[in-house]
Amino acid sequence: MKEFVLIFRTSNNADFKPSPEQMQERMNWMAGIASQNKLVDKGNSLSPVSAKTVRPGNVVTDGPYTEIKEFVAGYVIVRTETLEEAVELAKDNPVLKSGGNVEVREVLKREINN
Amino acid sequence: MEEKATSQQLLPHLFRLEYAKMTAVLCRHFGLQHIEIAEDIVSETFLKATEFWGLHGIPANPTAWLYTVAKNKTKDFLKRQQLFDTQVKGNIRTDEQQPEPDLAFTQQLFNDSQLAMIFAVCNPANSPESQICLALQILCGFSVEEIANAFLAKRETIKKRLLRARTNLRNDDFKITTLREDAIQSRLATVLRTLYLLFNEGYFSASNNHLIRKELCSEAIRLTLLLVEHPLTNSTKVNALLALMCYQSSRLDAREDEAGETILFEQQDKDLWSKELIDKGNYYLVNACSGNEVSKYHLEAGIAYWHTTPTDNKKWEHILQLYNELILIEYSPMTALNRTFAFAKVYGDDKGIIEAEKLRLEANSYYHSLLGCLYAGRDVEKAVNHYNTAITLTKSAKEKRTLLKEVERLKGKA
Repeated sequence: MKEFVLIFRTSNNADFKPSPEQMQERMNWMAGIASQNKLVDKGNSLSPVSAKTVRPGNVVTDGPYTEIKEFVAGYVIVRTETLEEAVELAKDNPVLKSGGNVEVREVLKREINN
Repeated sequence: MEEKATSQQLLPHLFRLEYAKMTAVLCRHFGLQHIEIAEDIVSETFLKATEFWGLHGIPANPTAWLYTVAKNKTKDFLKRQQLFDTQVKGNIRTDEQQPEPDLAFTQQLFNDSQLAMIFAVCNPANSPESQICLALQILCGFSVEEIANAFLAKRETIKKRLLRARTNLRNDDFKITTLREDAIQSRLATVLRTLYLLFNEGYFSASNNHLIRKELCSEAIRLTLLLVEHPLTNSTKVNALLALMCYQSSRLDAREDEAGETILFEQQDKDLWSKELIDKGNYYLVNACSGNEVSKYHLEAGIAYWHTTPTDNKKWEHILQLYNELILIEYSPMTALNRTFAFAKVYGDDKGIIEAEKLRLEANSYYHSLLGCLYAGRDVEKAVNHYNTAITLTKSAKEKRTLLKEVERLKGKA
């Protein structure tokens, strides 16, 4: 089994303050993955407001933005055999409904003391 | 003659009730290493009771009689031991007075001793199954025979399991005399798990013996109640577990018909649910919610609570929400299947089927009975196929009969 981080990106600030229905939808999505015993870590939501970006030369800017007006809203870690399977799980995530996207990245397991 | 018969009826009951209490108190005195001494004294006491009561009739206060005998036997034992120590071993300090054993069998001593015993028996050095066996034997006074019946296991298997578990218990040197708070905190999770499993063994057991199963449930409740009543262990988690047990038990009588066949939840006569136990469940659930902690026992008690309420449109949404949280805390195939059932109740069978088929628990009989249930209103052939797979997979004869009835019902409709 491999592990993948699903990273949710959105440009919609409203995603940060979800309605009860949206919360329910997210919960259903995550619990659905947990029911398949594929959830490694339920991850965290990341605040788009209490956020700074630190750059070289002691430059600190407001907000989580790097290049575009899109930010990482949160992440979860799942466990599947293949990248494709992880992508299938990501396809059902409700963030897609509000114009966001999900980045799927395999976790590289480097041997320690190698 | 008549009195003889009564004493034979009374003894097994008293034995169960008092054996565990007495052993716990004596064990506290002798230490866990010498649990056999404690058990010997208690067994001898009951043996004497059988003989004496058979001849002379039952005394006015049987319990007090038992404790007096146990106390005297303990004193005799200590005297013999002292004699051995001073004269045989040659420790010539005869003037030294052996302190009188403090065996005033008071309620406080019972509670403290039994609590200490619960924590001693639920030792993580033993597997959960062994812990349950030990609990039944030491804490509940069950015979090997009765434990074997409850587990549908061979006597010899249980005997061996108990022997191994007892060796581990002695080697571990758990300090039972002064149960300290740190010991309690580090072991409470194991204790709760064992009590939870003990209860489930009764509630979901494959054994057909309704009486034994009921007894397992009520023993689990009795022990959990001891934890709730003791200030050292009265935590919100313990209250949540007790609430869960009360809610589940409230349905014990309603879910079986006179022939001992299972009655499905939806078809149960709700008047047979014990109102008293539901009220108790509510009481402990309120206590459980006095803090911020949300454990799996809280969530399961919450689900059990909603099951006792009449069906309205929000009921299954609440249940689904609780199952969602439960599956995030701890995965188990059973939780996954129950969660999916609740999901289907909220979002309909079609969406439920999609969600269910993702689980891929092909070797699990409940997976197929869930799919059978979800397909029943859509595709009778598929439903029957799933039910039939479930029938070949299940090990429970009772489950098999229930499923066969469903298949017959569906075929009749088609």
